[in-house]
Amino acid sequence: MPNLPLEGIRIIDFTVVIAGPAATAKLADMGAEVIRVETIQEIGAGGRVNSAKITKEQVQHAPIQRRSYPDGDPGERPWNRGANFNAHSRNKYSMTVDLHKPEGMEILSELVAVSDLVIENHATDFMERRGISYDWLTDIKKDMIMIRMPGYGTTGPNAYWRSFGISAEAQAGRALLNGYTDMAASEIPWRNPADPVHGATAAFAAIVALHYRNRTGKGQLIDMGLSENILGFVGPAFLDYQMNGRVAENLGNRHAYGAPHGCYQSNGEDRWVNITVLNDEEWTGFCNALGNPEWTQEDRFSSAALRLENQDPLDQHVAQWAAQHDHYEIMHLLQKHGVPAGPVMDVADCYNDPHLQERGYFEKVEHPEAGTHLYPGMFFQFSETPLSIVRHTPLLGEHNEYVYKELLGKSDTEYAALEKAGHIGMDYAPHVN
Amino acid sequence: MQDTALSDMRVLDLTQYLAGPYCTKLLSTYGADVIKIEKPGSGDPARNMGPFPNDEPHLEKSGTFFHLNLNKRSVTLNLKSDSGKEIFKDLVRDADMVVESFRPHVMRDLGLSYDTLKEIKPNIVLTSITNFGQTGPYAEYKSSEMVLYGMGGPMYNKGNPDREPVSLGLPTALYHGGSVAAAGAMGAFFGARYQNVGQHVDVSLMEAVLGSVDGRIGVLLAYQYSGEVTDRDNAAGGFANGVFPCQDGYFVMAASDNRMFPRLVKMMGDPEPLLDPRYLTPEGKRDPDLRDLFEAVLIGWTMEHSKREIAQIGAENGLICGALNTIAEVDTDPHFNERDVFVEVEHPDLGKIRTIGRPFIMHESPWSIERTAPRLGEHNEEIYGDMGFTKEQLVQLRSNGVI
Repeated sequence: MPNLPLEGIRIIDFTVVIAGPAATAKLADMGAEVIRVETIQEIGAGGRVNSAKITKEQVQHAPIQRRSYPDGDPGERPWNRGANFNAHSRNKYSMTVDLHKPEGMEILSELVAVSDLVIENHATDFMERRGISYDWLTDIKKDMIMIRMPGYGTTGPNAYWRSFGISAEAQAGRALLNGYTDMAASEIPWRNPADPVHGATAAFAAIVALHYRNRTGKGQLIDMGLSENILGFVGPAFLDYQMNGRVAENLGNRHAYGAPHGCYQSNGEDRWVNITVLNDEEWTGFCNALGNPEWTQEDRFSSAALRLENQDPLDQHVAQWAAQHDHYEIMHLLQKHGVPAGPVMDVADCYNDPHLQERGYFEKVEHPEAGTHLYPGMFFQFSETPLSIVRHTPLLGEHNEYVYKELLGKSDTEYAALEKAGHIGMDYAPHVN
Repeated sequence: MQDTALSDMRVLDLTQYLAGPYCTKLLSTYGADVIKIEKPGSGDPARNMGPFPNDEPHLEKSGTFFHLNLNKRSVTLNLKSDSGKEIFKDLVRDADMVVESFRPHVMRDLGLSYDTLKEIKPNIVLTSITNFGQTGPYAEYKSSEMVLYGMGGPMYNKGNPDREPVSLGLPTALYHGGSVAAAGAMGAFFGARYQNVGQHVDVSLMEAVLGSVDGRIGVLLAYQYSGEVTDRDNAAGGFANGVFPCQDGYFVMAASDNRMFPRLVKMMGDPEPLLDPRYLTPEGKRDPDLRDLFEAVLIGWTMEHSKREIAQIGAENGLICGALNTIAEVDTDPHFNERDVFVEVEHPDLGKIRTIGRPFIMHESPWSIERTAPRLGEHNEEIYGDMGFTKEQLVQLRSNGVI
């Protein structure tokens, strides 16, 4: 089989939480050697775990997301067992080095010299405090590419603000446009759709820059503010404001162009189905699927405009019908008639879904400290060089020998000395909480 | 003029609506020559999607189309006709990539499957962006933003436990899928260019959403690890996390953890009730009375401040805060404006219009607006002329309904 597309590209990965790791996961899947540069001397914000010493008792009371260790047990080395980290870091490598010490920076500079790209998604001052600027990198390697992805970019009045996905997408106007229409914005569900989008865009940016370097010999700095990237999603609403002075409002589960468009309770406990009818063709399909009951023939539902106008009674009819059927059954029936519909799937539904099973979306991965589980698989698939999880999520420092000895040529004696000096290890130092 | 990053890349763009065009928009933003191939007469159905000036629909005035198709060229071509297919195949010879978003059977039925394209150009990349992927029982199923968010995304978990799940605003799942597709397409292009390996890239929007809108992959793996099905709640994790009202609207904040909470209390001038040490204990963090007290003090303070002030003061105090901007406030946001996020574009039918520019800054190979969104078939003469068609032949093709 031919090489994966990014075979031979080496990436130094300083990313944390979701946005950055989502970028490097895609690059690693496509064959880049992504080396996570970590440290055993501290757990920074957004690291593998919140605490190196978290116990089973402590997580029992936490929300489900925080209990996400195999069998609810953080175990001896919680940092190797967290679901969020492990889901985002397959196919990557991990090394440890203490960058607060000059010799740590020396090690990093040796790694920079043999790498193609550096990527990070910390608050803007994080890299600066460590002296890792783009200039510093290019002094070592002239054509280095650096991708920085803080919430607001690295310049401008908000450059140094800390952020989460949600604070950045709030700036872009997205956060105000979701939730129930009859509830205040302060009741909206907490969500961060922007983080993974930023990751996907950063993976794209990385390959664009690698291509440009290959053909011109020039590296470059890429400045990616999360809030700016998410603006792309707001485009038409922004243009509506420019054209018509209209300030977009939250529509909840409804749609500006058509009805019925909603989430309806189906047969079973807490089972729901989405049905979205946006044009006459889909409406006809919908009516046919239901066997054209009398109410579908009423004048007040006879055009898209009328259906929008009479959405409340329309929704009542649809809800009554949906409640009698299973959510999957509704999908198959309506899809047969050309109507977009689908179950609202909980996590168990995803694993049981016949379509995802047939496509082999979930991949079985054996992890030395987390056990064997089915992992969410590829973001996209390639025909000539099929992509898959070829390497389990790295344990902290798992690839120290490879990086220090094979890549950087350290002798056994030097390696032992660096281990003693607190650079190399697979456990956090005792003082780290 | 500075060289753009993708100035040596040519893309044939058969995509329609939102997800596919968002993918090729990323390519065209950074300089790829994206030739949009549209159906004669009607073109990309997104041309019928608003906003329109004064809400009057017009094929050349769609805000959605304008937003998604900047920097692209447009030709019309009837792929169902024999001569249309031949012209398309000729175009493939000089292209690096074809991107399409039809249902899986369409390219096969047109006789333009990956295997056929590969015979014409061995290292061609065909990127197919579909709802559910090229294979599997749902391959031909239709979808929409909300259907995708419900199947791939965490919609089940979003909303109140006693109500229906609630979707995301804006076509987030679709645009997210477009971004994911761009990463895959670009990776495949890199392999084609430097390893001479062509590729059929299968992008399933459902799988793009699974991996992952809202950190979905972490939640999916958490279920595998713990066996617990996440339910629906509005909890943001602790009562100092969430969206709160203020003087002129709403702001969002994440200040629940023990590092952040004292900063928040200090920011508000150390109000006595919040100095209670129980706020830093696991039990206190679950105490509804403490929560009520907290909210009363917080909102008493926030009602005296605007959302921008709170974001600013919060940042100065090392907190994570953000203003929930309306679209009007996005337009005047000082940070966006200082970074020149918005650009003015001259369009023959829309006039001069202020719009959203690049998603990110490339310092060495900057983006630029080379052309506005194309009129339907605007570049027929230019592109077909370059292929050697004479004016007379083009007239003939037009009257035969090929272009």
